[in-house]
Amino acid sequence: MPEEITRLTHKYLRHDKKFPHIWCPGCGNGIVLGSLIRAIDRSGLHKDDVVLVSGIGCSGRMTVYADFNTLHTTHGRALTFATGIKLAKNSLHVIVIMGDGDATAIGGNHFIHAARRNMDLTAIIINNQIYGMTGGQQSPTTPYGSMTTTTPYGHIENAFSISELAMVAGASFVGRGTVFHVQLLDSLIERAIQKKGFSVVEILSNCHVQFGRRNKMGSPVKMMKWFQEHAVTMQKAKQMNTEDLEGNVTIGVLTDSDKPSYLEKYQLVQEQAKASLKK
Amino acid sequence: MIENDYRNEIRFCGSGGQGIIMAAIVLAEAAGVYDGKYVCQTQSYGPEARGGTCKADVVISSKEIDYPKASRPTLLVAMNQASCDKYFLDLNPKGLLIVDTTYVKKVPTGRVAALPFTRIARQETGNTMAANMVALGAFGHLYKNVTAKSLEDALMARVPKGTEEVNLLALRAGMDAAKHLDLCALPQLVREEEV
Amino acid sequence: MNRTGAKRKNILLMQGNEAIVEGALAAGCRFFAGYPITPASEISEGMSIRLPQMDGTFIQMEDEIASIGAVIGASLAGVKSMTATSGPGFSLMQENIGFACMAEVPCVIVNVMRGGPSTGLPTHPSQGDVMQARWGTHGDHPIIVLAVSTVRDSFEITVEAFNLSEKYRVPVIILSDEAVAHTRETVTMPSPEEIKIIDRIKPEMPPEWYIPYEVTSTGVPPMAVFGEGYPYHITGLSHDVRGFPTQRPDETDELIRRLYRKITQGFHEIQKIKSFMMGDAEIAVIAYGSVTRSARQAVLDVRQLGIRAGLLQLVTLFPFPRESVETVLNQCRAVLVPEMNLGQISREVKRVNQKDTRVTTYNRVDGQLITPEEIYSQLIQMK
Repeated sequence: MPEEITRLTHKYLRHDKKFPHIWCPGCGNGIVLGSLIRAIDRSGLHKDDVVLVSGIGCSGRMTVYADFNTLHTTHGRALTFATGIKLAKNSLHVIVIMGDGDATAIGGNHFIHAARRNMDLTAIIINNQIYGMTGGQQSPTTPYGSMTTTTPYGHIENAFSISELAMVAGASFVGRGTVFHVQLLDSLIERAIQKKGFSVVEILSNCHVQFGRRNKMGSPVKMMKWFQEHAVTMQKAKQMNTEDLEGNVTIGVLTDSDKPSYLEKYQLVQEQAKASLKK
Repeated sequence: MIENDYRNEIRFCGSGGQGIIMAAIVLAEAAGVYDGKYVCQTQSYGPEARGGTCKADVVISSKEIDYPKASRPTLLVAMNQASCDKYFLDLNPKGLLIVDTTYVKKVPTGRVAALPFTRIARQETGNTMAANMVALGAFGHLYKNVTAKSLEDALMARVPKGTEEVNLLALRAGMDAAKHLDLCALPQLVREEEV
Repeated sequence: MNRTGAKRKNILLMQGNEAIVEGALAAGCRFFAGYPITPASEISEGMSIRLPQMDGTFIQMEDEIASIGAVIGASLAGVKSMTATSGPGFSLMQENIGFACMAEVPCVIVNVMRGGPSTGLPTHPSQGDVMQARWGTHGDHPIIVLAVSTVRDSFEITVEAFNLSEKYRVPVIILSDEAVAHTRETVTMPSPEEIKIIDRIKPEMPPEWYIPYEVTSTGVPPMAVFGEGYPYHITGLSHDVRGFPTQRPDETDELIRRLYRKITQGFHEIQKIKSFMMGDAEIAVIAYGSVTRSARQAVLDVRQLGIRAGLLQLVTLFPFPRESVETVLNQCRAVLVPEMNLGQISREVKRVNQKDTRVTTYNRVDGQLITPEEIYSQLIQMK
């Protein structure tokens, strides 16, 4: 096991250039990066065929640390850059790392449209329910009633469910995990990478510094415990009624369908267009 | 008749959906691509795709064209009353007004080539949509700086696929109708007072 | 007079917007992302037909922010890319245009100007976005802005825009306006051999030696393409020569100054102007875009009266062709700057006016083209 960790570290991290990282001790982002690297390794992808795209925020810094083609874009726009890359060069595997604010507030429009098009991208959304880097402001996934630096009297808005949003918008694969359930996370990301079309993995993660501290979960352990106690697998959720599910989150594969991806359909457009020239 | 000046300004006007811009494009294509003149074709329109007033200008010249729009058109083709009223005062006093009498009932000058383009289109082609090509055919007969063959070729190249026959029929019907007009019998000026 | 009626070879009647499409394709553009907006939509429509015919890709995105994002992404994957919009959409694109400046990503952005501010006059021409094209995105940044004036030069200048963008790794803005965009004129299409095409320089050293933002003599580092063996990091943050974020003052200063230097060193090639009857001119018009057309006519007309007038057409608006403008200011007693705005390039002309040459402005903001007669009467007054 230690040899395996050393091998992955040396192969996939820019260990000689860019560490130590900027994340707080105990942050879930490192766990996600670990899962991502294991999933890519297991998928057998060549490093140079992978493009890692991120937006702005703590999650956005992940592209600095991983040794692929990496692109750190503007806030909320990672999916748009990724769309351009994928359409221009189909041979690349384009994986997009976003935070909850990045993907569903400023980038919410891009997110639903990438899903609607079933664009051939993998979106990994780290949902820590807060704007961490800017100092703990409310995000679209901040739970009702929570305390944040811009909801000093308690949050009065309802939260988005990122996964459900992705499902109804048309993503072909949607999985949800947490940074506590790491083996599940590894497999969700691996399946998402291998899926054609738009695949989404929503990862509940801990920001104990900005979210937890203001909401009675000021340590990583307390937040991990919350994930442990409130995460319900899909199988178990099916046997529960709506009332019992209230306040819990389901984890696992939420949807997995085989529908034509954007690129598959656009290739047909190209063939049709070329045929029209010959007439 | 008309203009051996190096710069000829022509305007088509009517309501959106009457094919005003298409008529101008076919003329520009005929004069520019087939007859080898310099041409500039512009249009102005509002937000409506149908209705509203619409105008399309064509400038035809033997020299390179600087200002692209028609500021004092010598030929004004008006396909409805509102646009005829609106643009008549722009017409060069020595120019000629051409109107579709199907829709233009109040003709503001005696110096006019008046023909029922829409009615001719309905009678000859069964399709009132081809009125613009009837008007262009009549115009082409009166305006000697473009050849009939070029107009026909340009029409075939520009109108939507599947409508070539109807439009060509309309163009020729317009040319024929204009043959009965006697421009020499018209007053010399559009508006006496302006000269 | 040619009355043969035979179709002439390689001559096409097309709109300014269509000429931009053809110019882009001739320059090697194979990716376009856009969002519908009057008066630029014909560029999207043309691309949606033409690109898939040549194994390129067209996509209509959800907004203009997404369009420019996709364009930058495609360029990073090695494909020449373009988007087109008008004022409102151009405003939305500004943040990502800044990204392209900072990360040095070649791309071409067409802004077909319409009356503004805000929704303004969607179907009427304007030149109100000149300063926005230069300074629209935040922070000190270099950028190239070219202005088209006819359908014919819409083709040529679009090719040039791609060439400059590739060579200098900088976004190039093409300013058109509703009048040029929707005017149809005949264009003689050049054959592919007649078109000079410049491609970005790619790294040739072994990957481990590649320094993505290396300081080179031209100021333009070679650009690796994703998936060709040179994985590296690209960011809009201040970055060191390896592309990684830095806050070090020395590295930040060097980066920003190099971004400027690469353009400054190329002034002679980037700053394009056209002189018309300037040889013996005592008064001059400095114009750009569709106003140039009226200015040419007016110069010809006042010359009939014996007035020695000339025209300096600015094809490159930014970097501002200071040297050429200074020459005209030194040569002439008086200069007229007619614009379809309330004075944007005229501010630049006044800024570089070191003598007491009289600089007169003539402005229209009513959505109408400035006519030759208007410029004519201005020139008569300046006599």
